[in-house]
Amino acid sequence: MNPTDASGILGFFTADGFAGYADPLAGIVFLIMLATTIIGGIIACNSERLVRAVAGLALCFIGVAAIYYYLNSPFVAMMQMLIYVGAVCITIAFAIMLAAPEENKKKGPAGPLSGPLGLITAGLATIGMIGLAVNTKFIVLPKVNMGGVKLIGAELLTSYSMVFELVSIVLLIAIIGSLIIARHGRSK
Amino acid sequence: MSILNLHNSLNTYLILAAILFGMGIYGLVTRRTLIGMLIASELILVGSSINFMAFNRFTAPDPTVGQIFTLFIMAIAAAEAAIGLSITIAVYRNYKSVDTEDIVDLKG
Repeated sequence: MNPTDASGILGFFTADGFAGYADPLAGIVFLIMLATTIIGGIIACNSERLVRAVAGLALCFIGVAAIYYYLNSPFVAMMQMLIYVGAVCITIAFAIMLAAPEENKKKGPAGPLSGPLGLITAGLATIGMIGLAVNTKFIVLPKVNMGGVKLIGAELLTSYSMVFELVSIVLLIAIIGSLIIARHGRSK
Repeated sequence: MSILNLHNSLNTYLILAAILFGMGIYGLVTRRTLIGMLIASELILVGSSINFMAFNRFTAPDPTVGQIFTLFIMAIAAAEAAIGLSITIAVYRNYKSVDTEDIVDLKG
């Protein structure tokens, strides 16, 4: 990709559509957000206290929202901030406050996979997937549109309206079901 | 390719998604509480979402499809988190613990 045909921080366009950002500042911010995502993920899966794990998860999700912005989808980035950072992390924080006392916590390894064996398992999965991703030749098709918010709304209400309604029903059932499950045995 | 142009390559996003997925698997096999395992499963879901968005941006002809699929993944993940946390709270009320080693009534 030739960086000389850039048109500033807003990115540049070719015949196939959006080609990317070419400002050096965009690259620096991307590296910072990449580091934020990975550090947040390490805190989320590795910290001893669950409250810190949730804080790391929120940090990781903020980084992922920035990654989505770089993938030319500001709408999905906004939904990531709203749903994951705003709803899921807060829900997990409430569950920790309700159901995870720190005083009677057990120490020591949790099982046969908890030590280096778990690290080897995860490392093998990661290295295998990275090898697959790097060694596969993907076919790049020309873009038929730009994928803006307007188009997403039109597609959601025409081609994907059935899935949209099904997802709303699933969410409704999840809300009612979680209320019923968590309410059981409360009046004692 | 220079390091400042890293965000215009498909492999960067695929490697990041694989690393997040691996972190999720590591958390899933090492955590000893239900809430910790739920946090790890959120990492796995977000890794798969990044994969969808990367292919959507770089190879797919219609860039709206991957974004819509990622939105559906987010909705299902929110439903999964709500159900999982309510089950965790119900388990805590019955067993006074959310440790995976204490919930062994079905083990026989």
